[in-house]
Amino acid sequence: MKAHRYLKNVTTLNYEPAKCTGCGRCAEVCPQRLFQMENGRACLLDRDRCMECGACARNCPFQAISVRAGVGCAWAVMMSELKGWKPIGCG
Amino acid sequence: MEKDKKSQPEITCDCHGCCGSPAAEEPANSKVKYVSEKGWVLGQVETPVGPVPVVATKLGWKDKLAGILVRLGFRRMSFSVRPGLYAVGQPGRDSYIFVSANYKLSFDHLRKNLDGLNAWILVLNTAGINVWCAAGKGTFGTEELIERIRKTRLFRLSPRGTLILPQLGAPGVAAHEVARRTGFKVVYGPVRAADIKQFLGHGLVASEQMRQVRFNLLDRLVLVPVELSLVIKYLFFVLLILLALRPLGVNLLSWKVLYPYLGAILAGSILVPVFLPWIPGRAFSWKGWLVGLLWAWLVNLNQGLLFSSPTNWIRATTNFLLLPGIAAYLALNFTGSSTYTSLSGVVKEMKIAVPLIVVSAILGFGLLVADLSGVW
Repeated sequence: MKAHRYLKNVTTLNYEPAKCTGCGRCAEVCPQRLFQMENGRACLLDRDRCMECGACARNCPFQAISVRAGVGCAWAVMMSELKGWKPIGCG
Repeated sequence: MEKDKKSQPEITCDCHGCCGSPAAEEPANSKVKYVSEKGWVLGQVETPVGPVPVVATKLGWKDKLAGILVRLGFRRMSFSVRPGLYAVGQPGRDSYIFVSANYKLSFDHLRKNLDGLNAWILVLNTAGINVWCAAGKGTFGTEELIERIRKTRLFRLSPRGTLILPQLGAPGVAAHEVARRTGFKVVYGPVRAADIKQFLGHGLVASEQMRQVRFNLLDRLVLVPVELSLVIKYLFFVLLILLALRPLGVNLLSWKVLYPYLGAILAGSILVPVFLPWIPGRAFSWKGWLVGLLWAWLVNLNQGLLFSSPTNWIRATTNFLLLPGIAAYLALNFTGSSTYTSLSGVVKEMKIAVPLIVVSAILGFGLLVADLSGVW
């Protein structure tokens, strides 16, 4: 099965390893499996595959992760431009 | 996903006479209409916090039919279940508490995968929206979960229970906050409810595969009818316009005129989703444009518009401008149904693609109108 890949170098995901205490929540919640626990710390693997869902940042008790969370949905973006809806959620 | 946004419940009052259960009770001023509980609520179980409805773990034909209709976009009925507590089997003080959204499809997915277990289900009020979309909006969120735990007096019912949240609810819920403020242990279950039993069997540990969102061929094929049902709505209006043009002497209701456009629609809304990973490029609109270009070339070839008179050249150009544009636009809209696109990526893609599609459509439409009105 060929892995899906979306645009490169666009994600707003930011991870500060220094703040990580190794609780492992980010590795638990990421639906793209981008965090892996290594030597008691989270390791960010393939940043470009981030879909900016925001699960890791929301579940990090130490604010080591930040991301502008939203949904990668063209329709939602269009509606937010046209009607001033927030480009979060689905449509 | 975008489709589920429209499943907001209708605002009318009907409590189905089930308000007696304090566990699943909603405020008296609640005006939300819920799906009838007939058929899937089997009875009630007496608990320290009052009677709790017991739900079936096998889906009846009504559940299945309603599920199919909702997927196809028939949303006249509301499709939400009453938020609150439900029981599966004969749960007790140590039983797991599965958290779900009050979109009935989400709830049905959960309960059918709890067959043979004794567990509680805590349904949050997500306004009838599925877990993933509601988590993105924040309605499947930390505050709602904590509030729902308090309202249902869950700590009296299952003081040692573990809350099992769907992993796709994680964008909305800060598990550590919930644990800190309620005292409950919180774990994220697998992405797919079908893996729940395996997850429980492994001592609440999910494999990498269970935690990964997929988007394989079957996942995409399932979306085809949904994509088509969206397009058909547009087609209906186009058909009306074409019918209205007929008395004016413009007869466009012929297969020869329409098939290039129908093909472009199918290219964008079916071929791109199905062949997504194999079409070169990363941007969805680009993939759609490529397939549309191929289609336009086939149409021109079929109609003998290539390598001939200047009039035919203009018609061929019209096809090259309009058909890939239609396919690109529809493919772009598929970003919302995919499971790996990001907001930043879609915004970047749209900044480039949308102006190009608009210009191409305007030029193509101009040529088409000129051709139809016999300018050359």
